[in-house]
Amino acid sequence: MPDFAWILKMALRDFRKNLSRLLLFVSSIVVGIAALVAISSFGENLVKDIDNQAKELLGADLVLENSKPLGDIGLDSLAVETASEVNFASMVAFPKSDASRLTQVRALEGNFPFYGKFETIPAAGEKSFRSGGQKALVEKALMAQFDARIGDSIKVGNLNFEIVGELQKVPGQTGITASVAPAVYIPLAYLEATGLVQYGSRVEYNRYLQFAAGVDVAKLIKPYEAQWELERIDADTVEDRKQSTGRSFGNLSNFLSLVAFIALLLGCVGVASAVNVFVKEKLASVAVLRCLGVASLDVLLIYLLEIVGMGFIGAAIGSILGTLLQFALPVVFADFLPVEVTVGISWKSVGFGMVTGLFVSILFALLPLLKVRKVSPMATLRPETADSTLLKDPARWAVLAGILLFIFGFSFYLLGKVTWALGFTAFVLVAFGMLWGVGTGLMWAVRKFLPLSLSYPWRQALSNLYRPNNQTISLIATIGLGTAMISTLFFLQNQLLQEAKFADKKDQPNMLMFDIQTPQLEKVKAQVLERKMPILQEVPIVTMQLNTINGITKKENEELPEEKNYSRWLYNREFRVTYRDTLIASESLATGALIPKGSRGDSIFVSFEKGFGEGNGFKIGDEVEFNVQGRPIKTYIGSFREVKFNQVSTNFVVLFPNGVLEEAPKFHVIITKTSTDKQAAEMQATMVREFPNISIINLGTIVETLEEILGKISFVIQFMAFFSIATGILVLISSLIISKYQRMRESILLRTLGASSALVRQINTLEYFFLGSLASLSGILLSFLATFLLCKFVFQLNFSLAWKEGLVIYLVITLLTIVLGWLNGRKIINQPPMEILRGNG
Amino acid sequence: MSILDLQNVSKTYQSGSRKLTVLDQVTFSIQAGETIAIVGPSGSGKTTLLGLCAGLDSSSTGSVVLNGESLEKLNEDQRAAVRSRDVGFIFQNFQLLPTLTALENVMVPLELKKRKDAKEKAMELLDKVGLKDRATHYPTQLSGGEQQRVSIARAFANAPKILFADEPTGNLDTETGTMIENLIFDLNKEQGTTLVLVTHDLELAAKTRRIVHIKGGKIQEDIHA
Repeated sequence: MPDFAWILKMALRDFRKNLSRLLLFVSSIVVGIAALVAISSFGENLVKDIDNQAKELLGADLVLENSKPLGDIGLDSLAVETASEVNFASMVAFPKSDASRLTQVRALEGNFPFYGKFETIPAAGEKSFRSGGQKALVEKALMAQFDARIGDSIKVGNLNFEIVGELQKVPGQTGITASVAPAVYIPLAYLEATGLVQYGSRVEYNRYLQFAAGVDVAKLIKPYEAQWELERIDADTVEDRKQSTGRSFGNLSNFLSLVAFIALLLGCVGVASAVNVFVKEKLASVAVLRCLGVASLDVLLIYLLEIVGMGFIGAAIGSILGTLLQFALPVVFADFLPVEVTVGISWKSVGFGMVTGLFVSILFALLPLLKVRKVSPMATLRPETADSTLLKDPARWAVLAGILLFIFGFSFYLLGKVTWALGFTAFVLVAFGMLWGVGTGLMWAVRKFLPLSLSYPWRQALSNLYRPNNQTISLIATIGLGTAMISTLFFLQNQLLQEAKFADKKDQPNMLMFDIQTPQLEKVKAQVLERKMPILQEVPIVTMQLNTINGITKKENEELPEEKNYSRWLYNREFRVTYRDTLIASESLATGALIPKGSRGDSIFVSFEKGFGEGNGFKIGDEVEFNVQGRPIKTYIGSFREVKFNQVSTNFVVLFPNGVLEEAPKFHVIITKTSTDKQAAEMQATMVREFPNISIINLGTIVETLEEILGKISFVIQFMAFFSIATGILVLISSLIISKYQRMRESILLRTLGASSALVRQINTLEYFFLGSLASLSGILLSFLATFLLCKFVFQLNFSLAWKEGLVIYLVITLLTIVLGWLNGRKIINQPPMEILRGNG
Repeated sequence: MSILDLQNVSKTYQSGSRKLTVLDQVTFSIQAGETIAIVGPSGSGKTTLLGLCAGLDSSSTGSVVLNGESLEKLNEDQRAAVRSRDVGFIFQNFQLLPTLTALENVMVPLELKKRKDAKEKAMELLDKVGLKDRATHYPTQLSGGEQQRVSIARAFANAPKILFADEPTGNLDTETGTMIENLIFDLNKEQGTTLVLVTHDLELAAKTRRIVHIKGGKIQEDIHA
């Protein structure tokens, strides 16, 4: 039975002399724990705030939504107050600057929001808007973009409205939605006069209801649900919104926690690697203790207790930092938050951080620490060179299995799905494995192919990388993964923007006009041709809904068991369909064939987009009946098409053959190319003036919006990647300090042999240069691979090597390593040789 | 009465596909209170023999009985218990624990025996080796001779039945070496401990009552004074 009192005493004695070094070991996990605690606390507080501000999220007790005007829904009389809104995308123009852009027009009637309020500048803007008249409230981003002022007018359709307020905040709306579709509020009474709601316009009708306090809304709407279902009316209650928002942010918080967990794992690699060096240095002491009669378990416990103590301190520092860091998170996520987030200590998160920190320190330290059990007392007489290998010790296998189980368990806790947790565990294994592989490969290549004729400092610096205990590989893994995360983000962002801008240079369409009514078509075409612009595509669009799939109606589908039924959404959605007998450039046939009408009797064969069709369980030959403006049309699936959705072009999930829909009510889309920005602006201004119902998207606007959104997202990702980089730097610093004594001995030896301080400095600098280069290159190579895979399989973009950005990242990381190395190395070079000889270093 | 008894002890190492016999059929015994020197050239098997005698390693064949305990029947932790109870060590390179003070180094064997007076006893021993005033110093703050004196105090701390010394003066200058030799022999005499010295130094060996010459893993001669 171990004598715990004595073990504790010995641990404290050893700890006393190793305090600063052991602190360095755990510093690696501090950042990871801080990130976890910060995100977990933030998530906890966010959920609480969503609960507290649930009514403000929705602005009402019940919101009903439909694509058709909502008639009498039977509930209005039960409500204390109601409001109505019609919203749709449309061009608006600022006559002062003659500029225009696509926005989300919201025509409002009533006192919505009933909970929370529109925040406007000036504050009286909201009141003025509601007092009646041709007045508008305009989103601040839109005001800024067109340098508009309060009192200016804004043209919405045929009417001009006076801007009476700049919208700062709308309940339940996030900054990011404001960027994608900035809103313009106008009074509903003027909607008709704007002339914007026409056939084909994608319009959403909302009814907001407020009930007396204490009314059970879920119970109240129960009798109406079946009818609403039939009429495809969506009902959203405070509880629904709370759940869906809570779920989205729960997912977001779990995803961010996973990113923090990666930083923590990087730190764990640092801990394992540092403890490995620590243990190697302790082997002589272990042998002495064994010689004096201390049992192997007791020796293990002495050092384990030290690690537990340090893990506790590391976790505590991490938890405190995390709690403080949490105060910064509402700023970082400002554009994504629908509610005001309060910050405060979350004891649950602090406890979570403490337990996790302590657990990972022990788990990852055990891997090298177990070695002390195998130290023979004979080592006091004859120093051992043989290491007990991983393969021979079942206990180390057990710890390795424990680590994998921990990663799996932790990710399962965050993701809640076994397959996802397995996927994440595999991802961690592959990422670390690849970095280890790339790092080892690069080191091998450097050693193999670097010519021996190189000057001495180069060769010495290079061979220093292979010195025992140098932690080169673990440094490559930690700094490399941080670099990989940041570079992948940069490369991908760059690639997306490049692709969007590139489209403008070649003979690609860059302007898309939609919602063109049939009587307007010829006039619009004339305007385009008058400016010597080409009509690249002219596409008729017919809207329809789905009646049956293989004879199964919506009602029958709902009675089918989960595994046999089709998605309910298929029956509810509106399909926008075109017709032609040929494929366009962005399409290719995956299976089946495009079958023109009449070639196989009277049957009509349509083509589905492959991902949509297969994803919803459709097969070639399936019978699908559409409801085209009240008229049923029976069709069969004749083919699946691959569609590239990232081009400026009209793409459709369903394609009809010619000869079926020609007589159906339809609207049109025209795709063209403008040759200059000026021409684009003029064309847009003319169209808004003459055909206000027609919406225009030009590539310039897309690029701007894309840049803005990517900027906001990348800020968050960079913030998260920072944790990994910071951990990498901490591991680097601790590794440099741990190896200081060894470096000092080498420097002294070199100086004793006659090397000048300058030469020693040169060797050290070159060593850091190699280390930084290997780490950053490994990360950059990995990120090139990740970007390539993402481009190919997720974004379907052409991959181009962003070597310039890669070079910049390489230089920054390498320079950082050299600077840190210098800061650490100054003391080494100035150390008197006698200090080393006496072992005081 | 014999305190250490070796019967046909061999030690073989596997070096790649080759078997390397470092000790070959060694048989001898040591009586309680005896002083003995094991001498021989480098690579003769001295250190291996010392390791086996002290229970630091296990033999490939043969038996080692230390104070009545058959070492080959014990596992490593049981041998550690025997060492803690019956054995003391002095090493050529002192082998002090660098993170412990001189006093704490001496206290370790006493604490392992759960002695309540560990501190007082350790202080007494440091006084005997003339280092009472350096008790709170760490090994790196002591000279080589001082470190070896701490090591001697530690070796005698648990009043061992048998003391093994591996080249105890090998890392010291002549003057300090002589001082250390005298200290070892004086304390040994005072405590009546069995002393086993491993050394190259024939002058030092001559101070013992018995010299065992070893070469090529075999005992060449066993001279009793």
